[in-house]
Amino acid sequence: MSKKAIRAVKKACKDAFIDSHAEHGDHTVIVKPEKLLEVVRFLHDDPDMDMKHFCDLTVVDWPEREERFEVVIHLHSLTRHHRIRVKASVAESDPVVPSITPLYKGANWFEREAFDMYGVKFEGHPDLRRILLWEEFEGHPLRKDYPKKRRQCPIPFREDHPDQPPPFRERP
Amino acid sequence: MAVDKKPPEEGSILVTSIESAIAWARKFSLFQYPFVTACCAMEFMSAMGPMYDMARFGAEAPRWSPRQADIIWVVGTVTNRQAPILRRIYNQMGEPKWVMAFGTCASTGGFYDNYATLQGIDKIIPVDVYIPGCPPRPEQVLDALMLLQDRIQAEGSSRMRALKEMA
Repeated sequence: MSKKAIRAVKKACKDAFIDSHAEHGDHTVIVKPEKLLEVVRFLHDDPDMDMKHFCDLTVVDWPEREERFEVVIHLHSLTRHHRIRVKASVAESDPVVPSITPLYKGANWFEREAFDMYGVKFEGHPDLRRILLWEEFEGHPLRKDYPKKRRQCPIPFREDHPDQPPPFRERP
Repeated sequence: MAVDKKPPEEGSILVTSIESAIAWARKFSLFQYPFVTACCAMEFMSAMGPMYDMARFGAEAPRWSPRQADIIWVVGTVTNRQAPILRRIYNQMGEPKWVMAFGTCASTGGFYDNYATLQGIDKIIPVDVYIPGCPPRPEQVLDALMLLQDRIQAEGSSRMRALKEMA
């Protein structure tokens, strides 16, 4: 495995590129969130990259960082057999990244799940709703500041059940 | 016409109450609705299968409509999102009805102590027998079924059960 993909991204998307690293074949580029679609489009369309296989899209929450939500996209080329990981970090105040659904139809539900669990919004997504939890669910449960013991249920418990959930208070 | 005036032999007549007779019939013809959500289903199949053969206890026929079922087996983890579905199915069952919480997850939430999982189905529907285990062995399942049969016999008719619930 060469670092061809990283070099190509660095060259083609100069103003999007922030950093890169490669450990044991895990080739990673870190890019600016607003340029994410541009970078992914390059990887998708460029004949030398030809990354037509979308593997995964997920989010990592780093509560100690200023830009705490790190969107991680894994791509693979079926013809050239190389992989790349694209990362972009966004802050909690404005957690918006461009959607990659125009390029990869399969990213639709991944982005919905990321929105459901972390509250990261994907601009340009055709139907950004919760996918696993119900519409009335409050908060985003995989955020590190979601209270571990908080329980929500779409229906009230039996009236005679002793374990009524305590009224929930937001942490200060 | 000759009439046999001879008194019946000793031991050939059983005296019972109608409630008790109905309960006896009821406990040996449990039509069951399997609400199967997770891996406990494998053990449920094992208990249903020929090796352990739940049919020996009269609990043979699974009904895929709650309206035809007497007993609902909640087999596996129930998520919060499934809670309204489970309650609706329970409400669709006709009286008399019984609920079995099969396995730790259905009973208490098990190790899924998180935002997604209902921490025991007894929070939304009343449970008659809890079966511990992750998953429970078929012997435990049969033991629970026999416990339920004892309970049905003790409860007598649904009329008595309803009166008891009202009291």
